[in-house]
Amino acid sequence: MLPELGHFALILGLLLAGLQAFFGIAGPARGRDRWSAAVTAALAGQAVMVATAVGCLIACFVGNDFSVQYVAENSNSALPLFYRVTALWGAHEGSLLLWILLLGAWSVAVWFGSRRLPPRFSARVLGVLGLVSFGFLLFTLATSNPFLRLDPPAPDGRDLNPILQDPGLAIHPPILYTGYVGFAVAFAFACAAMLEGRLDQTWARWTRPWTTSAWAFLTCGIALGSFWAYYELGWGGFWFWDPVENASFMPWLVGTALVHSLAATDKRGLFKSWTLLLAILTFSLSMLGTFLVRSGVLVSVHSFAADPSRGIFILAFLVLMIGGSLALYAWRAPLLKSSAGFELGARESFLLFNNVLLVIAAATVFAGTLAPLISDSLGLGTVSVGPPYFNPTFMLSMLPLAALLCVGIHANWKRGRLADAQRTILFTLLAAAVLGCGVTFGVYTHGKVLTPVAATIGIWIILSSLVEPLYRLRRHLSLPRALLGMSIAHIGLGVAVLALTTVQSFTVERDVSLSLGESATVGGYTLRFDGVKPVEGPNFEGVGGTFTVSRGGRPVAVMVPQKRQFWVQHQVTSETAIRLDRGNNLLLALGEDLGAGRWSVRVQVRPLVSLVWLAALIMAIGAALAASDRRYRAARVSEPAAGAATEPAA
Amino acid sequence: MRFRASLLAVFLAGAAAVQALDTTQLADPALQARYVSLTHELRCMQCQNESIADSPVDLAADLRAQVREQLLAGKSDEEIRNWMSARYGEFILFRPRFAPRTAWLWLAPLVLLVLGAAVSWRIVRQRGALLAGDPDTPDEDLRP
Amino acid sequence: MNRFYLPILTFALLTVVLAVGIRHSPDKGIIVSPLLNKPAPQFALPNLADPAQVVDSRAFKGRWYLLNVWGTWCVECRAEHAMLLKVRASGRVALIGLDWKDNDADAQAWLAQLGNPYEIVAVDRTGRAAIDWGVYGAPETFLVNPAGLVIYKHVGALDEATWSGEILPRLPAAAGPG
Repeated sequence: MLPELGHFALILGLLLAGLQAFFGIAGPARGRDRWSAAVTAALAGQAVMVATAVGCLIACFVGNDFSVQYVAENSNSALPLFYRVTALWGAHEGSLLLWILLLGAWSVAVWFGSRRLPPRFSARVLGVLGLVSFGFLLFTLATSNPFLRLDPPAPDGRDLNPILQDPGLAIHPPILYTGYVGFAVAFAFACAAMLEGRLDQTWARWTRPWTTSAWAFLTCGIALGSFWAYYELGWGGFWFWDPVENASFMPWLVGTALVHSLAATDKRGLFKSWTLLLAILTFSLSMLGTFLVRSGVLVSVHSFAADPSRGIFILAFLVLMIGGSLALYAWRAPLLKSSAGFELGARESFLLFNNVLLVIAAATVFAGTLAPLISDSLGLGTVSVGPPYFNPTFMLSMLPLAALLCVGIHANWKRGRLADAQRTILFTLLAAAVLGCGVTFGVYTHGKVLTPVAATIGIWIILSSLVEPLYRLRRHLSLPRALLGMSIAHIGLGVAVLALTTVQSFTVERDVSLSLGESATVGGYTLRFDGVKPVEGPNFEGVGGTFTVSRGGRPVAVMVPQKRQFWVQHQVTSETAIRLDRGNNLLLALGEDLGAGRWSVRVQVRPLVSLVWLAALIMAIGAALAASDRRYRAARVSEPAAGAATEPAA
Repeated sequence: MRFRASLLAVFLAGAAAVQALDTTQLADPALQARYVSLTHELRCMQCQNESIADSPVDLAADLRAQVREQLLAGKSDEEIRNWMSARYGEFILFRPRFAPRTAWLWLAPLVLLVLGAAVSWRIVRQRGALLAGDPDTPDEDLRP
Repeated sequence: MNRFYLPILTFALLTVVLAVGIRHSPDKGIIVSPLLNKPAPQFALPNLADPAQVVDSRAFKGRWYLLNVWGTWCVECRAEHAMLLKVRASGRVALIGLDWKDNDADAQAWLAQLGNPYEIVAVDRTGRAAIDWGVYGAPETFLVNPAGLVIYKHVGALDEATWSGEILPRLPAAAGPG
């Protein structure tokens, strides 16, 4: 009964999303305000229906209803309850449903958050969001229905992929998708502005908090995914430039550019058409990521099972949504003119450089990710593109960006007045260089050429970002959340640059084989193998190897990395043991029984790697703080053109 | 074809979970460093986007053994790459060689940088000219 | 036409690339062999029927043959076995087996049970010869001409379509098994 109810709710959701799109787009276009007003009712219905469908599917998982194909394929009666719930997004169909649910949640948030916007405008925004929901619902129902029944029902399920049975993966997809989907809001605002012809900078101001929030979620989502790969996949790496990772990283890069260009558009009315384009591109890249991950056109270590028919459907949808919005752009953008001027040293220039470099970085990742496809379609043969391509080409635009940030952060709008900041810039650079070289040669005593340079830049970013907040605190000047948030996010970036530099330069990694009682020393840490013992879990059994780790005679820890064999899928997973010791992340992964009591084990010593994920968290906190600035809320009330501005605040 | 795709998916899920451990330690640290970097540059042909250093499959272990042997025999990195690509094609190289058919990929970032610099320069000049007739507004309210 | 049309034009090009990608995607992972139209790699390996004897690939020169890489551990090899027997029965081309990283006893039992389509089977216990042939997943089948050049390579189970659509047309009309 429940699957049918869920299926039915999904169909109703599709119809309501269609109504939402129709009322939202046709209502304002034809000047029918009653249609425009109906959009919120359609949205409410759509969101409730999608939530009902999700609830039904979760109930099927919790109740072990193996007559539902999706449940039978991704769950098992021995699976712990927690993972039976998170198994919802363990494969293609359910994760798509999660995508749609989150889109509904964002739409409802926009509905409540923009009640003070002109009603026609907000109807258009919700209409565009309805169109996106409609497309994804249609896609789900037509090609990826999670409610299909099995006849006869399976006696038991085939279990959730063991590598997904992990708390990290339980929260990573919802947060990542919240970020992806959140950019739909900026996209909808841009489309609404173009449909309406309201192309002054007000739409930019309205969009800013939404975009910044989505960016914060995407940042967290990517970091969580990277953290999960680090400890669960047992590889010890945290970024592989895999197509699936790149699919989330490209919207992040262009989204970062969007956050910055929105600032210039909001403050100075500059780069208006460019900002529109970035808003379209950011969400387009989110959708393109969905296409790349689910259509099987690229090979990846962690893609969904490929199905070309899905690929054709998403491609058609992409052509409609992206092609449509870009056509709208080609029609409307030429109307945008701005007469605002600025000098070379002004903040506007630095935001321009920021945008150019970020977009080039995104284009490079794009070229590398799609190179196998592009090369193939041009008849140039097969090609493989891996980290040896991405690392240097990415640095090519990112290092200049990081350095420019440290100067640009001191520039004023319009006329830069950088001369006033000359001493600050030089002083912070000098201090950063001393600290950067100190870290490189003092702490680690060696390094490649780029190591001290990159370390210096990382520290320089942190110092430069501290200048303005400290100045204001000392003078007892106001410190608006937008400014504080920006500074914190930039400090996070500095921490990331510094941490990535030390990790890349000073990681020690070795696979060793040890027999009982034998020791090996890797990166200053000595580990003694104290044998293996059996371990058992609810749906797996395995072995754990005991290693006693010390450094220079000082005991550090007893670490027990495990290998687990899952009963249902007969899959072996590696459960790494990780210990933080004086800034170093020590990772052990148990290899295999080499016979005669010998086991192989991977030992990794990564200095400061935890800071990489901490940096992402700092950036996200900064962004969240900036998004909550009073300025954005106040701006809405005082918006003169807003017909609804007279409504009392709810 | 659909069957093959799902087979691949099962296969790769298995591959993704376990990591190849390679306890190779060549006596010469310089050779060991070259060994590590070469095995990370060569693609595991059976897997989905993994290097032979990371892959637990048999063939990857065989290819690692080849790299080891050839390094010990005094072959250069380029000779080893050539040996591999003569058998498995350019597809095995994770660092595409700079050749006519891959030139676009390597040149793209550079061309984009030059293009970006040119566009930025033009915009900054235009905007600078607009500033000339513009009265100087106090920029206190233009704070971020 | 102005610069604001650039994004949509770029996107149109991208759409073409993606569409080609979808069309090719079932073949992803099947890589064009660099051996095509190059001399077939040489090997001298033990004979499965009698490991004391050596199978020398130079002996095949001067005739058309199919080199089939297989192993008893390979699921798809079992699927293609019936097709190999049909190829043998057709008498159009000689089938040479390369038993890849396998156990001799298992391989002998497999041929005894399922029938032996091969003229001769070379045993590649270490997998070294397979690397020379650029083998990355059994089964793989290579067509070699009398000049010793690799003419065609098929990855995956050999089926009727490949046999009659790709291999037969490449063989001379009257060519017998040599």
